[in-house]
Amino acid sequence: MTNLSSTTRSRTAEQLLSLRGITKRFGAVRALSGVDLDVYAGEVVAIVGDNGAGKSTLVKILAGVHPQDGGTISFGGVPTHIPSPTDSRDLGIATVYQDLSLCDNLDVVSNLWLGRELRKNGALDEVEMEQRSWTLLRELSARIPSVRIPVAALSGGQRQTVAIARSLIGEPSVVILDEPTAALGVAQTAEVLNLIERLRERGLGVILISHNIADVQAVADRIIVLRLGRNNGDFRVADVTSEMIIAAITGASDNSVSRRAALQEENES
Amino acid sequence: MTETKLDQQDERVVRNPGFRGAVRDFVLRVRGGDLGSLPVILGLVVIWTVFQILNPTFLSSSNLVNLTTQSAAVGTIAIGIVLVLLLGEIDLSVGSVSGLSSAILAVGFVQLGIPLPLVLLASLVAGVLAGLAFGFLRTLFGVPSFVITLGGLLGILGLQLFVLGKTKSINIPFDSGVVQFGQQWFLPAWSSYLLVAIAVLVFAWNSLALSRRRESAGLSSLPLSIIVLRSAGLLVFLGLAAWYLNLSRGVGAPFALFLVLVVIMHFFLTRTRWGRSVFAVGGNVEAARRAGIRVNRVYISVFVLCSLFAALGGLMAAARAASANSSSGGGDTNLNAIAAAVIGGTSLFGGRGSAFSAVLGIVVIMSINSGLALLFLESYVQYIVTGAVLLLAVVIDSLSRRSRAAAGRA
Ligand SMILES: Nc1ncnc2c1ncn2[C@@H]1O[C@H](COP(=O)(O)OP(=O)(O)OP(=O)(O)O)[C@@H](O)[C@H]1O
Ligand SMILES: [Mg+2]
Repeated sequence: MTNLSSTTRSRTAEQLLSLRGITKRFGAVRALSGVDLDVYAGEVVAIVGDNGAGKSTLVKILAGVHPQDGGTISFGGVPTHIPSPTDSRDLGIATVYQDLSLCDNLDVVSNLWLGRELRKNGALDEVEMEQRSWTLLRELSARIPSVRIPVAALSGGQRQTVAIARSLIGEPSVVILDEPTAALGVAQTAEVLNLIERLRERGLGVILISHNIADVQAVADRIIVLRLGRNNGDFRVADVTSEMIIAAITGASDNSVSRRAALQEENES
Repeated sequence: MTETKLDQQDERVVRNPGFRGAVRDFVLRVRGGDLGSLPVILGLVVIWTVFQILNPTFLSSSNLVNLTTQSAAVGTIAIGIVLVLLLGEIDLSVGSVSGLSSAILAVGFVQLGIPLPLVLLASLVAGVLAGLAFGFLRTLFGVPSFVITLGGLLGILGLQLFVLGKTKSINIPFDSGVVQFGQQWFLPAWSSYLLVAIAVLVFAWNSLALSRRRESAGLSSLPLSIIVLRSAGLLVFLGLAAWYLNLSRGVGAPFALFLVLVVIMHFFLTRTRWGRSVFAVGGNVEAARRAGIRVNRVYISVFVLCSLFAALGGLMAAARAASANSSSGGGDTNLNAIAAAVIGGTSLFGGRGSAFSAVLGIVVIMSINSGLALLFLESYVQYIVTGAVLLLAVVIDSLSRRSRAAAGRA
């Protein structure tokens, strides 16, 4: 399964992250069993799967929220452990959680630099931070009217943009986005998808979790399907239809979703 | 303007250039519920006008000097309250901590004859220890600070009575350094003007330097005219205040110390990483934690600072009263300190406020006290009026929070 991706992709791309045989149990529940995942630079990998498939668990292992029970993680070819969120961040993995984690009372600049503020002679260097914020937002073609307004004043998409832009401040090599478009409208979803493409252009490895197959097909290069905590498919977007993805997610080609689709096609013809 | 600034390129940003623009921005901000210190300044104007009409000595230089010297101790305690409120926490024990520190000063210095610097240090250390205890209880067990510090209020009051022992009240000699500082020391007129000049120069210099840096970074900056205007306004305001107080005894040393502490805390809150993390924790703890802020350290540092300011306030109160007794720090000390922070404009909901609210708030409270005292009204009126003003401040806080939510500034 993983051979497919490593043989077909261009030889120049650098492998950033490689997970082998990851297992994780919560009491009697086996959330992940023997999951493999590779992430290359300049690539968007989507992780899809039904509710409870283990997507968030996998992400939390990478983000240092839970340690894995078994399996290995290599970063840039070197085996590593990620015992805490700080370790994850120091490795160069930035996680954008679904619930955003912005401080409503602080302005955009403060939120972008929170926890990594620039200083000059011991005091905050607001000018430098504001200038660099504009440069970063400009690179992402982000549409934020002012960086000196509290983030509470921003729209959902703009807030998501700030959250994603913030993950880039530490110059990570891998960015993980957990359902970044779940709560967004059509236009704002498009904005975030553009942003994800911008991340890829910067040569980052992007892990995208989403339930929206259309979004995934629009931006991802590769799609990893998890089902009941196991790998159940590794597709290149170019070679795959949404029916195939759905079949992998649900575990069979004969299931309620595909039967419904087939029925509809019959009715139309 | 030849080239659009980096921060003004989005066409949705309403640009209000120049002086009139600054005024319009201000009006828009207030409409959006970002009231800042506007309500309290208006309130102060009303209070002063009413009392001045009722008793023409109210705004006399000597009464205002009294008012400022009365404000110093509780105002200093209120700085600490501002800090805990910014975190969305509360400290109900500040009165007891200040009482304990008064007691340590009196017993150590007068009864045991320990050198003054050592006693002062011991009082402050007691404050730090109390704050450490609250901070650890808060972070280790997650008990609400309301409960912890309520326990602290009782426990530390007990300690205060223990330190005082059988003596009910201890007088501190008038010729001692502390009492001199608390009662007799006033800034000589020239030095008060010097302080004003320094403050204005630092303000103007900072504004200019900031404007220059923003200019060269391609960001919008304040025009020179506004900087000059603001600095001149500050000069006139501070200069007049100093001049008026200097008509009688002048600016008391404790009040000057209080103001200096406020400015220092303002700097730490707005210009340092620590201050930024205080606001972040008060706004959204989880976000702060995920941003890598060591949230527990922030909590502990703030509780320690709050108790430290309370201990310092207790020393200032004992120095002014030239005595300490079992009711030092009791009565309305606690409530006045908390009310001052809230009336001054620091939100009870966390994440919003300023060190300067300690000054504004305590001046409002002491104005009410002093005005009613001049009318020979009994203390029950004082309690009722102060309580009503506090309620008004809390209502304004809640209302402005609501209109901020409506204007997208929650
Ligand atoms: N902290 C936890 N304690 C116990 N069980 C957990 C915990 N976190 C996840 N699980 C279990 O692990 C399994 C996988 O959960 P996970 O959150 O990874 O699913 P998911 O793929 O993200 O689903 P969704 O699409 O609904 O977000 C589930 O059966 C869940 O009950
Ligand atoms: Mg999930």
